[in-house]
Amino acid sequence: MRGVTSARQQHQLAEAGEPWWRQRESERKRPNTRTSSTIPSPLCASSLKMACQALQSGESLATLKNESDSLKKKLEEERAKLHDVELNQVAEKVELVSALSIRTRRVLKGHGNKVLCMDWCKDKRRLVSSSQDGKVIVWDGYTLNKEHAVTMPCTWVMACAYAPSGCAVACGGLDNKCSVYPLSLDKNENLAAKKKSVAMHTNYLSGCSFTNSDMQLLTSSGDGTCALWDVESGQLLQSFHGHTADVLSLNLAPSETGNTFVSGGCDKKANVWDMRSGQNVQSFETHDSDINCVKYYPTGDAFASASDDGTCRLYDLRADREVAVYQKDSIIFGASSVDFSLSGRLLFAGYNDYTINVWDVLKGNRISVLFGHENRVSCVKVSPDGTSFASASWDTSLRIWA
Amino acid sequence: MAEGSKDQACVGAIDPEDDSPNMIIYRKIEDVVMRIQDEKAGGVTIRTVKSFLSKIPSVVSGADIVQWLMKNLTIEDSAEAIHLGSLIAAHGYLFPISDHVLTLKDDGTLYRFQSPYFWPSNCWEPENTDYAIYLCKRTMQNKARLELADYEAENLARLQRAFARKWEFIFMQAEAQVKIDRKKDKAERKILDSQERAFWDVHRPVPGCVNTTEMDIRKCRRERNPHRVKKSVYGVSDENQSQPSPAHIPSQPTRKPTKEDVQKEITFLNIQLDRHCLKVSKVADSLMGYTEQFQEYDPFVSLTEPSNPWISDDSSFWDLEASKDPSQQRVKRWGFSMEEALKDPVGRDQFLKFLESEFSSENLRFWLAVQELKRRPLQEVASRAQEIWQEFLAEGAPSSINLDSHSYERTSQNLKDPGRYSFEDAQEHIFKLMKSDSYARFLRSNIYQDLLLARKKPADTEQGRRTSLEKFTRSVVSPSSWAAWLFTRSSQTTLASSSSSSSSSPSTSS
Repeated sequence: MRGVTSARQQHQLAEAGEPWWRQRESERKRPNTRTSSTIPSPLCASSLKMACQALQSGESLATLKNESDSLKKKLEEERAKLHDVELNQVAEKVELVSALSIRTRRVLKGHGNKVLCMDWCKDKRRLVSSSQDGKVIVWDGYTLNKEHAVTMPCTWVMACAYAPSGCAVACGGLDNKCSVYPLSLDKNENLAAKKKSVAMHTNYLSGCSFTNSDMQLLTSSGDGTCALWDVESGQLLQSFHGHTADVLSLNLAPSETGNTFVSGGCDKKANVWDMRSGQNVQSFETHDSDINCVKYYPTGDAFASASDDGTCRLYDLRADREVAVYQKDSIIFGASSVDFSLSGRLLFAGYNDYTINVWDVLKGNRISVLFGHENRVSCVKVSPDGTSFASASWDTSLRIWA
Repeated sequence: MAEGSKDQACVGAIDPEDDSPNMIIYRKIEDVVMRIQDEKAGGVTIRTVKSFLSKIPSVVSGADIVQWLMKNLTIEDSAEAIHLGSLIAAHGYLFPISDHVLTLKDDGTLYRFQSPYFWPSNCWEPENTDYAIYLCKRTMQNKARLELADYEAENLARLQRAFARKWEFIFMQAEAQVKIDRKKDKAERKILDSQERAFWDVHRPVPGCVNTTEMDIRKCRRERNPHRVKKSVYGVSDENQSQPSPAHIPSQPTRKPTKEDVQKEITFLNIQLDRHCLKVSKVADSLMGYTEQFQEYDPFVSLTEPSNPWISDDSSFWDLEASKDPSQQRVKRWGFSMEEALKDPVGRDQFLKFLESEFSSENLRFWLAVQELKRRPLQEVASRAQEIWQEFLAEGAPSSINLDSHSYERTSQNLKDPGRYSFEDAQEHIFKLMKSDSYARFLRSNIYQDLLLARKKPADTEQGRRTSLEKFTRSVVSPSSWAAWLFTRSSQTTLASSSSSSSSSPSTSS
């Protein structure tokens, strides 16, 4: 029944895999009652055993916690000693950025529903985008041509990435997988037929990125983990555990020599990982809500985050602390996505209030606000040569700004 | 029906424990909205406006709201204030009294504030039965101003078809609501009617308007309290209501940390304590230094030469980048650091060319080979690693590199079970070596200096050897040429290439 189904009902049906508009009110299935089987009964044997063990080791757990707490305190004190100045104070001597006249230069229309993610091709003009209705489109952003289109078997394709060679794209979402589609030159060829399932998670796929090669894929998931996969064999090369809630975003360090990446999640933490060992090497927790996006500063020595608390923040890895907060009283809605301009001077941030704010990374002030989208901005990415940035929105369009 | 004027205490105040993303927003908006209405504390004046034969109670002009927002939220530009005000309206906290479309205008248009009873923070998810009752009730009120809009009439028709079997029940409920309404005071009714209408404008928006109740599906699972969800506006019980929807099943509550978890945490904290960190002042200088150095390369900060293709619709900028003649500005960048030189394919080629001319390219070729190894599919890694060992490290290797004995031992050990990271130590060592030695010489070399100072090159003496870059630039940027480029690149780095053609070059695979 078009137009009268509530948003929640749409989501409910989308999650069940059904397009909501196919369901008639009277035929609507009852919501699943799977809750009853997942709530453990307090009387079952294993939980009794756990309770007993807890009682026995109760004391040592408390001692450990005390140790942990005192270490945290000590760490805070040590770090505070290094906090000798604020970044924006030091940056007072830096020249102001000359007035920017950023405008929409292209509008890409073609998706039928919310655009959730996009990624640039290394050729600086092509991009791939994915949407709530399962469509993944490859565009030449410069000419507005749609070059490829694939329909995924699931809705809410929340992650998509362009392969470094430009010959394939990866995408996934509610199907809990990340699949790779080689891009054929033959327009008539059915891309879906060549699809290769690479990653398997136990919850939705929130992010994916190729490493420096078409052969490895890094993924993040609502199941709280990140994972590195070998594309050809589908084998899991390394998994990354540490987040205590959904991981929403990941970003590979830009270094040619580095083997690290950063992830952000619903546990309000941003974690830096060693890809070789799977270890969490650094962790930052200063946001008040979910971290929706993390992005490295061009050198890889720092990264920015965007959060539902309405702020974006800059964390430096060498100082091991937050060094800037980008916020304003008038910015109430959450930030969904961030990216740096080529020199790292500007931070472009997309928000759930439909705007994009441009921040001066060093001085900490907002340089300008860009209007144009008619619904939430879900993703913002600067092109590989820094000449533009693209934004994807729930208003079903993408915009390229320069 | 709806209880509530703005004076009534918030029904369903936000649970202070609830920090889900939606609630954070609602809390902030509610703070703003309460401040706006607080006349004693600098809020706007809400008054009754006389209009023709009637009075319009409890309204404020759009302009007043915009003014207040600009003053109290430090907004310099009225466009921003209008935008924020429109969002507050779209989420259901204030509304125009004579329009279904929830936006804010900076003029005399009259607005009213929504009753806390209807605030989104009460987790409203009204069902279609309630919407049907509402529309039905509207048709029973013979007032011109309450007539159904076209889209509402369409919705009503669809609902009648869908609820054909229980329409009698719905009709009766609507009648009951009308009765209740009639008992209310006239002015109060005006307010309540408008608030109720605004409520439905949020949950059943005008076609084409943003539905602000749509949620990001990634956040749905964590809505805290499924039982707080309000589904019935008119007290209609629905069999479906007792079941929490799957979207509201609380995800597993974060499990209590186990001893193991805390031990891991302690290990982690100890590592952090041992870490050598820099002062913020030092870090700030570093960030500023980098930004300053690269500002001239940042198209958003400095004008590009030629023009930015996205702005001028002229792609010369990209053509130039792809051509075999790098600009002076680009060459200058290779001098910033070895990483920059290696990042740029042309820079990398020139560096390699220089080293080849000195017959000392094995270090760079090793480094490139290991980079490429890490990009291979898993099943090719072991054999490729062996090839690299044979080429660069084995006894009597054709392109033997110099490693310190420690790294050599480690690498030799690693090769017993070859993997992508077998050469990490060696690669790091070689990288450092190149940085302090070969790279510095490269920057002083004629090859580099000629390009940097744009000196005219003598006639090309290497006619026969087309670099991989030249092959690439012949084709337009497209996936096929990228694949072709990648192929030639990989064959270049795997071949023990030197100016003399070697007949014993290992077989390549790509």
